[in-house]
Amino acid sequence: MTKKIFLVLFIFIFTFSCSSEDDIQGDLLSDSTEILESVIDTNITLSFDRSAMLVFWADNFIVPAYKKLKDDISVLKESIASFNEEPLQANFEIVREKWLSAYKTWQHVEMFNIGKAEEIYLSSFMNIYPVNEERITSNINSGIYDLENPNNYASQGFPALDYLLFGLGENDTKILEKYQPSDNNYSKYLVSVINKMEAKTNLVSNDWDSYRDAFVVSTENTATSSINKLSNDFIFYFEKGLRANKFGIPAGVFSTDELPNKVEGYYSKLYSKTLALESLYAVKNFFIGKAFENDALVGDSFQSYLTFLNAKKNDTSLSDLILSKLDIAISSVTELNDDFTSQINTDNNTMLLTYDRIQSVVILLKVDMLQVLNVNVDYADADGD
Amino acid sequence: MLLKKINCYFKNTYTDPSGLAVFRILFGLLMLFSLIRFWYKGWIESLYINPSLNFKYYGFEWVESLGLYTYLLFIICAIASLFVALGFKYRISIIIFFLSFTYIELIDKTTYLNHYYFVSVLSFLMCFLPANKFFSLDNYLDGTSYEKIPKWTVDSIKLLICIVYFYAGLAKINSDWLLKAMPLAIWLPSKYDIPLIGQTFMQLEWVHYLMSWGGMIYDLAIPFLLLNKKTRPFAFIMVIIFHLLTKILFPIGMFPYIMIFSALIFFDSDLQNKIIKKISFFLSPFKKNSTKHIKSVSFVKLHLSPISKLVLICFFIFQLLFPFRYTLYPGELFWNEEGYRFSWRVMLVEKKGATDFKIADSISKKYFYVNNSDFLSAFQEKQMSFQPDFILEYAHFLGNHFKGQGHQNIQVFADSYVGLNGRLSQRFIDPKVNLFIKKESFKHKKWVIPLNDEIKGF
Repeated sequence: MTKKIFLVLFIFIFTFSCSSEDDIQGDLLSDSTEILESVIDTNITLSFDRSAMLVFWADNFIVPAYKKLKDDISVLKESIASFNEEPLQANFEIVREKWLSAYKTWQHVEMFNIGKAEEIYLSSFMNIYPVNEERITSNINSGIYDLENPNNYASQGFPALDYLLFGLGENDTKILEKYQPSDNNYSKYLVSVINKMEAKTNLVSNDWDSYRDAFVVSTENTATSSINKLSNDFIFYFEKGLRANKFGIPAGVFSTDELPNKVEGYYSKLYSKTLALESLYAVKNFFIGKAFENDALVGDSFQSYLTFLNAKKNDTSLSDLILSKLDIAISSVTELNDDFTSQINTDNNTMLLTYDRIQSVVILLKVDMLQVLNVNVDYADADGD
Repeated sequence: MLLKKINCYFKNTYTDPSGLAVFRILFGLLMLFSLIRFWYKGWIESLYINPSLNFKYYGFEWVESLGLYTYLLFIICAIASLFVALGFKYRISIIIFFLSFTYIELIDKTTYLNHYYFVSVLSFLMCFLPANKFFSLDNYLDGTSYEKIPKWTVDSIKLLICIVYFYAGLAKINSDWLLKAMPLAIWLPSKYDIPLIGQTFMQLEWVHYLMSWGGMIYDLAIPFLLLNKKTRPFAFIMVIIFHLLTKILFPIGMFPYIMIFSALIFFDSDLQNKIIKKISFFLSPFKKNSTKHIKSVSFVKLHLSPISKLVLICFFIFQLLFPFRYTLYPGELFWNEEGYRFSWRVMLVEKKGATDFKIADSISKKYFYVNNSDFLSAFQEKQMSFQPDFILEYAHFLGNHFKGQGHQNIQVFADSYVGLNGRLSQRFIDPKVNLFIKKESFKHKKWVIPLNDEIKGF
C-alpha cells in the first residue's frame, strides 16, 4: 500500500519537476509533447506560437522603432549643432521639425518598458512633463548640473526641448535672442539635453542586439517572462502614459481643477494632439500586429492571440470590441483642438468625454483582455485558493 | 434507544490515541513550515507591514497590524506550532497557536484564503482534543501515557474534513462550473508552459469539462470513500493525485499538503502506529539517555466542562449552517459575494475588476479621481476592485482621508467594472450612489448593480 502511494508520488514529482531549462530533458519533453499533440487531434490548433509572436514584436516593432528613434535623435543632434553654429531662424525651424519627428517616434517606444529601458528608466530621461522651468533656468544659469540626478528628470528629454524651442519667449525673435551669441549657456544646455537623450537611447537600442534572443524565447506564464511583462507594460502604458498623462491629468480628472499646463507638448501650442494621436496609432497597430512603419506586414499580436483563445463576449469577439472602442476614442481625439491647452480652457467637457472613451478601452484591456490572457501578474505575489 | 446510543458513543467508546498523535505532529510541523515559508517569501513585510491601510473583517475592525511586531507574532505562532508538534504544554500551545494565527489572518482580509480559515477552525477544534495523550513530551514529563482516548475526539476532526470537502463539492454544482467549465476553461489553457500536458491536454475543451465534473464528483465522494474501510486506500491515492494536480496547476501554497496529511486521520491504528514507529526510529538517537519510566494508563476519561460541550456543539452547528447564509441574500452569490467567504467556495470564480473612486464636493460639484496606488498595494487594489465590502471600506477610508485634508461636503462615488467567469465586463457599483453615507452591515448591498445573467445551482 505505502509503496504504491510512494510510486504515484514519485511519478508526479518526477513528471512536473523536470525543468525545461535542462536541455536534454527539454528536448525529450518537447518531442513527447509533439507526439501527444498528434495523438490527440490533428484538426484542433492546440498551441499558439508565442515565441513567433515575441519574434514579431521584437523584429517588427521594438527593434525598428528604437533604431528609428536612434536615427531621429542623431539627426536632431546634428540640426542642433548647425543651429548652435549659426543661430538663425531657418536653422531653428529645422531643429523644431526634427524635434517633432523624433518625438513622434518616441510615441512608438514608450510602451516597451522592458529590458534595458526598464533598467535605466528610459522614460524618465525622455518624457517627463510638465517640465520644471525654474530648475531648467537655474541649470542654464549656473552651468552646473547632473542630468543623471532624478531631480532633473523634469528638466530634460523631449519636454525640456519643447520648452527650450518654444517657451523661452513670447515670439520667435525673443526666443532666438536667448541663443545669441552662439555657444552660450542656452546653446550648451540644448547640447547637454540632446547628448543625454542620445546616450540613453543608444544604450537601449544597442542592448536589443543581444537582448533580443533572450526576449523571444521567454514565453512561459510567469511574472518575469517577456510575454507577460510586455502585456502588462502595454496595458500600463495605455492607462498611465496615454490615458492619464496625455488626457486625464490636464483635463483635471485627478485634481479639483483643470491643469491645462500639464499637457504634452505644452510650449509649442501646436502638437499635443499630433503626439497623442501618434501614440494611439502606435497602440492600435501593436494590438493588431501591423508592423512599425510597414502597414502591409501583419503578424501575431494580441488580436490573433485573443482569436486563438476564442475570446468572445456576447457573441462578439473581444478583439473586435476593443478595436471598435479604440476607433471611437481615436475619432474623438481627432475632433479636439490641435492644442490641448486651449481645448481644456475653452471646452473641457469635450476633453472629458474623450477621456471617458479612452477609459472604456482601459476597462476592456484591464478587465476583459487580462482575464482571457490570464497573465500571471508580477504584483500579486501571494498564494491563492 | 437512539439517545442511549449517542450517550454510549460519547461516554464509552474509545479508540487508539495514535491517530490523533500523528495528526498533531504533522499539523504542527506543517504549520511551522508554512510560517517559515511565509516569512522567507517576504510576505510578512509586503502583506502585513507595508500597506498603509488594512481591509478589516466586519466586527473585527479592532484588529490592527502590529507593524514590525508582526514578526514577533509570527515567531510566537511558529514556536507554538513546534510545541504542538512535540506535544509540549499542548493545551496552552494550541490555544496560543489558534489565537496568534487567527489574529494574523484578521489583520487584513485581502489575504483571505479558505485554507487559512480551515487552519483557524481546525486549531480551534484541537484546543478541545486530547492530542497530547500519546507520543508527546507531555507524556514524558507527566510520566504517563494513555492507551485509549474517546473516539469522538478523532471523529470530530474527520467530521470537519468531511464538511470541507462536501461543501466544496456542493458549491461546484452550478451552471458556470458544470455547463461552461468556467473558470477552468480560462485557467487551464494559460498553463501552456507545463511540460507535456501544457500544450496538449490543458488546451482541450473536453479536458476542462472533465476536470470540472471530476472535481465536483471528487469533492462530494471523497468523504465517504475515506470513511469506508474498503475504499480508503483508493481514496487516499485519489487525495494525493487530486491535490498534487492542483498544486501543479495553481498557486495554492501549502493547502494541498495540509489536505493530504489531514486525510491520514481516516486510517486505523495499524498505519498510525507504523508512522509513530518511523518517527521513533528517527528520534532514537536523542532518546539514549532517557531512563524515565513512562506508566501506561488504560484510557483517558476526558472531562469536558458543560461550557466546552456547548461550545463544540455550537461550533459544528455553525460549520454546518454558516455556509448556507448566502440563501438569505437576493442576487447572484458570485457577483455580490454576500455570504461567499467561510463557506468552502474554492476556485470557483475568475473575477477581475477596475474600480476608480471619484471624490466630489456636493455643493460646488467639483470632483476628482483618486489614484489607487497612492493608498493601496497592488495586491490590495486587485482584491478591492471586485469585492463590494472592500469597495465600501475603501470609499470610507478615502472620504475620511480627504476630509482630514480639509475638503468639504465630501461624496465618494465608485466607477467600477467587473468581469466574471469570462463574461463581458459590466458596471458593478451604482455610480450615482454616494458610498460615504452607506454603512457596512450584514444587510444586502443595494448599490451593487445586479449581474445581467443568471448562474444556477448551489
